[in-house]
Amino acid sequence: MGDGSRVEMTASEIRGELEDGVAAAAKRAKVPPLTADEVDHLCDIFCSNARFSAVDVGDEVILSSDGTCSLASGSTTENLLVYQNNLGADTLELATDDYSYKAVKTFATSEAYRMKMAQLQVVPPAQYGAMPDLGRYSRPDGPIANWSELLPLGKIDEARAAQEEAMELAIEDMVFVADHLWEGGADGIDFDTGGASGDADLLATLRTTEILREKYPTMGIQMGMAAEMVLGMHGEITYDGKRLAGMWPSQQQEVVEKAGATVFGPAVNINTTKSVAWNTARACTLIKPCMEKARIPVHPNVGMGVCGVPMTAIPPGDALTRASRAMVDILKVDGL
Amino acid sequence: MGGIRTAGDLVGRMQMTRGMRLEEAKRYVAERLGVSTMDLSDPVVMREARRELGLGLIPVDELVFAGEPAAMEAKFRIARVLDVPINSVERFKEHIGAEVR
Repeated sequence: MGDGSRVEMTASEIRGELEDGVAAAAKRAKVPPLTADEVDHLCDIFCSNARFSAVDVGDEVILSSDGTCSLASGSTTENLLVYQNNLGADTLELATDDYSYKAVKTFATSEAYRMKMAQLQVVPPAQYGAMPDLGRYSRPDGPIANWSELLPLGKIDEARAAQEEAMELAIEDMVFVADHLWEGGADGIDFDTGGASGDADLLATLRTTEILREKYPTMGIQMGMAAEMVLGMHGEITYDGKRLAGMWPSQQQEVVEKAGATVFGPAVNINTTKSVAWNTARACTLIKPCMEKARIPVHPNVGMGVCGVPMTAIPPGDALTRASRAMVDILKVDGL
Repeated sequence: MGGIRTAGDLVGRMQMTRGMRLEEAKRYVAERLGVSTMDLSDPVVMREARRELGLGLIPVDELVFAGEPAAMEAKFRIARVLDVPINSVERFKEHIGAEVR
């Protein structure tokens, strides 16, 4: 199930879950349903009794990540070496526990030096990652009026102004950190959970991406989304003439690509009361419209609580591998 | 794909820093290495290809030797073989000084 609990189903029950998941996504986001063949293939994946499921030989995809240095022991460089040597990671990411650009700004020079030292020892491309985290700029954590407190009071204009003010600070911080990490030799920057605080959060990230792309033409820029639909905490924010609030993965991909990112990571939320089959079918249906028109790699987030992976700290291998394989087989994703 | 066990890091590099989609990135890397796209995820084929080109190997005693390129040295070669600038390599060149480049 979406909460990680074990459940047994008959083949016809699994098919019913898959069809319901597809229908739920198609109705909610007004996207085409999966084809009958695609649902049949999902059924084959989910009806297997095997613990692990895997893609065919030759269909392997790239694994990117949000932090490959969170092991509880060893230095961060040692963590990266574990991911490189023991886990066969395709790409690496240096990060810190307080995974927020606002927090990292205070010690960006140290992080840049850690990146420089790490780059001497690792071979795969190593990016630096953190969250745009616009909410951190509101009181009591930051200097700006808290829009989540203003909105319930009906102070809509004040809430919007606060978000716009926070956006400028966030852009300044993200560019500041990226400048330092690029100087430290990073191969790229990861903006993880773009839009977590809503449409202003996403716009700050898009504008930062534009600035970095202009300054550093060869910098990798990965943008992973926070949720399947952009929340309209502001409601009137646009990018490239398009309203960000209410955007689904297909529209998100267009603005991320336009801003100059090199990797797009859609995220589809888990419904913990529904089965993994239902959630995976729903995620595939929501992301599918991205795949044909994307010009940059699409790496769906198949971490805890998104894109079919149960919302539990240690996801069961059968659920994780089925969700991952479904993304590759059905969507032909470029990575995960 | 398997990282430096295979060619996962090389394909990943073309995605991350060049925005290449998967099939394009696999074709590009395979062509530059002189292998097939199927070979890219084969650790046996790739071990030999990586050793021959000096692109870095899993650093365990049985596989690597002091006389072979490691990490930064391998990235110099990766930049040349893939014909892409690598930021840390460019920084390294800059920091060792023009007189020794």
